[in-house]
Amino acid sequence: MDDSDSAAIVDERHGARDYDGPDDHRLGVRHAAYPELSHDETERFNFLAQMNHHLVGKVAPAVERAWTSRVAPRFEAEHGRPPANRHEARKALLAEPVFQTWSALRRMTMEQRQEAGRWAALRQAETLAARTASLIRQGQLSLDPSLPIPRYVSAVDHHCMPGSYHGETFPGDVTGPASYDSGIYVTVRGRGGPLNDGIGQTLAGWIRETYPTLRPQRIIDLGATTGHNLLPVAQAFPEAEVIGVDVGAPVLRYAAARATALGVDNVRFIQADASRLGQFEDGAFDLVMSTMFLHELSLPALDAILAESHRLLAEGGLMINMEQPAYAGMGPFEQAMRDWDAHYNNEPFWSTLHDLDLDERFTAAGFEREKLVHVTFEDPSGAVGGGRISMVFVGARK
Amino acid sequence: MSRTSALRRSADKPAGKRPYFLDPEAERIFAITMAVAQELAVARARVDTLERLLEAKGVVAREEIETFAPSTEAHAERAAWSQEYINRILRIVQQEAQAAEIRDEPPAA
Repeated sequence: MDDSDSAAIVDERHGARDYDGPDDHRLGVRHAAYPELSHDETERFNFLAQMNHHLVGKVAPAVERAWTSRVAPRFEAEHGRPPANRHEARKALLAEPVFQTWSALRRMTMEQRQEAGRWAALRQAETLAARTASLIRQGQLSLDPSLPIPRYVSAVDHHCMPGSYHGETFPGDVTGPASYDSGIYVTVRGRGGPLNDGIGQTLAGWIRETYPTLRPQRIIDLGATTGHNLLPVAQAFPEAEVIGVDVGAPVLRYAAARATALGVDNVRFIQADASRLGQFEDGAFDLVMSTMFLHELSLPALDAILAESHRLLAEGGLMINMEQPAYAGMGPFEQAMRDWDAHYNNEPFWSTLHDLDLDERFTAAGFEREKLVHVTFEDPSGAVGGGRISMVFVGARK
Repeated sequence: MSRTSALRRSADKPAGKRPYFLDPEAERIFAITMAVAQELAVARARVDTLERLLEAKGVVAREEIETFAPSTEAHAERAAWSQEYINRILRIVQQEAQAAEIRDEPPAA
């Protein structure tokens, strides 16, 4: 092939798809429970996903270069040694203009996502509530209005989401989860797939591949929120009875309606605290799972939930949790960047979890050390750590 | 009812103290600018949608937009709008310039 041929191919590609970035928000599945989005509301999400794409691809690498060329050398000149840990790294970064600008833009983009999603959901709050109610089937949803919301949830508006996962302002309110379902696309830069369930898809595929003989009859997802990552698992094991648990009523209402809208009928949702699931007998489940849940927990809650997971898991069953990798072994800069959300995106337990030796907590909760499971994956969404991908599946067989 | 509550609540502050990475005055203006940038992108997307729909329906070919040359009269109307627009958004520049001419008025900063 000569040069003119390759130029022609390049031109052809240019015309067809010389594009690397988020897909159009409209390629997401607008199921029956989904909020209606106008042209401009959709374009707001498109713009914000592009902002995050830019921040991850162009600005975050500049922060790293500034660290190498300016921040770390300045620290060493002042202290006669390199930064010893992420706290020193973060404090040094706070004085660096490139880090300041990246951080300010990251925070603003998250705030703009919340505003855009809330606007669309709030303007149709009553319609959404009515549509959700009409989609929920008999027995698919059990709410417990008397359930106390644990302080580790009530005290925090996770990732700058006013009202977090549990806030509601009128009976049947689903504006929080509707905003979440339409807006998460922005944070994961459109990489979570048309149903924002990339993590659940990866998890379901991994379980089937790794444990071909595991045929779970009963599955429970702790901190299920809107059920995004549970539905692929429910679909992978259609014969199983599948339960999603959360403390928030709005997310569960939306989850039930969304499951109906997507035609998944072997799943139901229960409002309960995952540390106290006394309604289920010991060994009731052969798959106990969670995704992006452990990092929202206080330490006592984490231990209590792991102990409850151990109690609920049947002999031969699997407990598996999707999380981000622990900080151990990472340099101060990498840790500081990954820890950004803890300080600036309302994730107060993020640091605690990633400093923990989870294997220790698992064994303290009753799991056997030789049955622990630990696998690292590429995170399909690349949502955290400034776009630093990778996720871990951690848990244990029993 | 919903629209009113959306106006009241869509921009609610999340719990916790907001971190500032820059001088707060600069960050405030920066945040407003980024929201305006977002709305510009949204308006641009809407124009693009209109152009594509008009072209698909055979009303206007986009080539006609690219090669459009306003008449002298149309140019004068458009240019007058630009002048008025600039005058309006640079109001503070004019006002500070006027203040500078007043002997006893101290500068803003």
